[in-house]
Amino acid sequence: MRVELDNLSKSWDGVVGADRITLDIADGDLVAFLGPSGCGKTTTLLMVAGIYKPTGGTISFDGRVVNEVAPKDRGIGMVFQSYALYPHMTVFGNISYPLRIQKVNKGEIRERVQRVADMMGIGDLLDRNIAQLSGGQQQRVSLGRALVKEPQLLLFDEPLSNLDARLRLSMRGEIKRLQDGLGITSIYVTHDQVEAMTMADKIAVMSKGVLQAYDVPEDLYDRPKTLFVAGFVGNPPMNFFDVEIMRTDGDFRAKSGAIDLVLPADRAEKAAAAKGKVIMGIRPEDVDLVDDSAPAGEGLTLTGEITVVEPLGREDLLGVGINGVDMHVLVDKARGVRVGDSVDFVFNTSRVQFFDPETELSFLWA
Amino acid sequence: MTTTEIAPPIRPVGPLPKTREKMGRRFAYGFLILSIVPILIGYSWLVIATFSFRTEGLLPRNAEGGIGGFTLRNWDFVTDAAIWNAMLNSLLIAVAMVIGVGVASAAGGYALSRFKFAGRKAFLTGTLVLHAFKAEMLLIAIFFVLRSLGDIPIIGGFIGFNTVGGVALVMIALELPLGIWLMKGFFDNLPWDMERAALIDGASRFRVWWQIMLPQVRPGLAALSLFTFIAGWNAYLVPFTFTVGSKVANMPVFLNQLISDTAPTNWNQVAAVGMFQMVPLIIFFIFTQELLLNIYAGGSKGT
Repeated sequence: MRVELDNLSKSWDGVVGADRITLDIADGDLVAFLGPSGCGKTTTLLMVAGIYKPTGGTISFDGRVVNEVAPKDRGIGMVFQSYALYPHMTVFGNISYPLRIQKVNKGEIRERVQRVADMMGIGDLLDRNIAQLSGGQQQRVSLGRALVKEPQLLLFDEPLSNLDARLRLSMRGEIKRLQDGLGITSIYVTHDQVEAMTMADKIAVMSKGVLQAYDVPEDLYDRPKTLFVAGFVGNPPMNFFDVEIMRTDGDFRAKSGAIDLVLPADRAEKAAAAKGKVIMGIRPEDVDLVDDSAPAGEGLTLTGEITVVEPLGREDLLGVGINGVDMHVLVDKARGVRVGDSVDFVFNTSRVQFFDPETELSFLWA
Repeated sequence: MTTTEIAPPIRPVGPLPKTREKMGRRFAYGFLILSIVPILIGYSWLVIATFSFRTEGLLPRNAEGGIGGFTLRNWDFVTDAAIWNAMLNSLLIAVAMVIGVGVASAAGGYALSRFKFAGRKAFLTGTLVLHAFKAEMLLIAIFFVLRSLGDIPIIGGFIGFNTVGGVALVMIALELPLGIWLMKGFFDNLPWDMERAALIDGASRFRVWWQIMLPQVRPGLAALSLFTFIAGWNAYLVPFTFTVGSKVANMPVFLNQLISDTAPTNWNQVAAVGMFQMVPLIIFFIFTQELLLNIYAGGSKGT
């Protein structure tokens, strides 16, 4: 089912929950709503579900405006962070509930519940009480209950947040496989960008009720259109510097009190058109320790002092001060740097981003 | 060489911990036993008196003044139809209250907990304030209301002045603020998500309330029913004020009618009737005490 949100808004007594959200979701896609808590992503989801009434704009399913359609008539299934199971019913009672309301005949209910439960790997738990299940099993029941009525649209509200890390990882893959296999259009609300990046066909980044970006995951990461997206997507976050772009003898240079770097023309040209300061961004993995065996080009290195070393296991995250400006650098480990060392860093300037400090829009992609 | 001075083991002041704990427990039990002595004496007298010719303190006396005088004379009333009528009236009032208060509180509490509507806040504070007014203050006003209710054709005969229905109606109204607030509190503690899930699963608002939410507040409803039943069973002031004659009297009113202003009162018979009134409650308690304990201890536990 195709879902279109057009200027969808929700406010309570002047407090804005969602502000003119406009986006299209293609049939069969999984779209993630990503943002910090309180950004309006769950509000938007509940409007799609029909629980909240929009105060402006429209929601359309396959071209039909459904603003006034009751939740039960929208053909949706929803999975909640809290699972929201009915504790006074068994697993079978929970999964069969939507079908019992539809007055499906008993034999068919049995068969459909069993099929969904088997698919979720809980086929042998149907007679259990909810309280006897683990968190992971409860979430499977919740997913089964959402799937059993064969919905046109699946809504997920942070479904994995209450699970432990290992289970989250496996459920992530499972939900994605399931959604792909069944081809059900899905909206997946999360504050976990790894979940969003790995599962979603497209990601809607939200902040303070406003849709900041709506793009495929790679574009959000490599071609962020706004300063917020650049700073929010990616962990550890992108480093930002206030610089001025100078053009000398055909060379572009980014300069500030702390920084002097040579820039490739294709990245710097548009930013140079702006007079005055711009914000330059570079991701922690695009900076590296200088390797003596492969010397870097002129103007691509800076010297910084190590302030923090955080071993992450596979790599080390360094806190670096460059002439008083702090930044994060992600390097392969076992290079023996210590706090207090003064070290040369090489910048991969072909991957820098530039943003207008006034509008916070990208000079490159906006 | 340094010498390490080994401190002599410090003997705790007073008895050793174990004995101290024992003493504490002994003290607690002693205090509890002491404080229930008056109540125990009261109940002992009640039981002894019902089976005695007369009593002197806790001692039963026979007609000649000697100790003894066991008699069932005080229980003669059980063959009297009037007491069974009073018991039936008590039961009717109590059951009507349980149903009326239960249904109205469960529905009203849910609405006040979940819906936004004009006057919601005013209603909440209003009921709370009204609850502070004692029933006694309203008696005269209620009398006029019941009189006019009695003028309604057909149903007026069941809910007007001097009817069991009228008494039940007044008692329900007086109990509702507590009931609604109690149930609202229980509904407030339920997660919204469960309700949303049910709405999305295809349930109507009524079905959500009936099939999903009500089962979660069953312990609260059970507690409310219990309190209401006891309040109805023991109701005295309202039935006494709004009924005349023995036909619509409930147990406490019947009991009061035994205490005459002109003739000497047979207190042993009064005690027996009092016992008789307590019997259903005692049986009730025996069967529900586990549930009761759960409710008192856990609030939301039980069932």
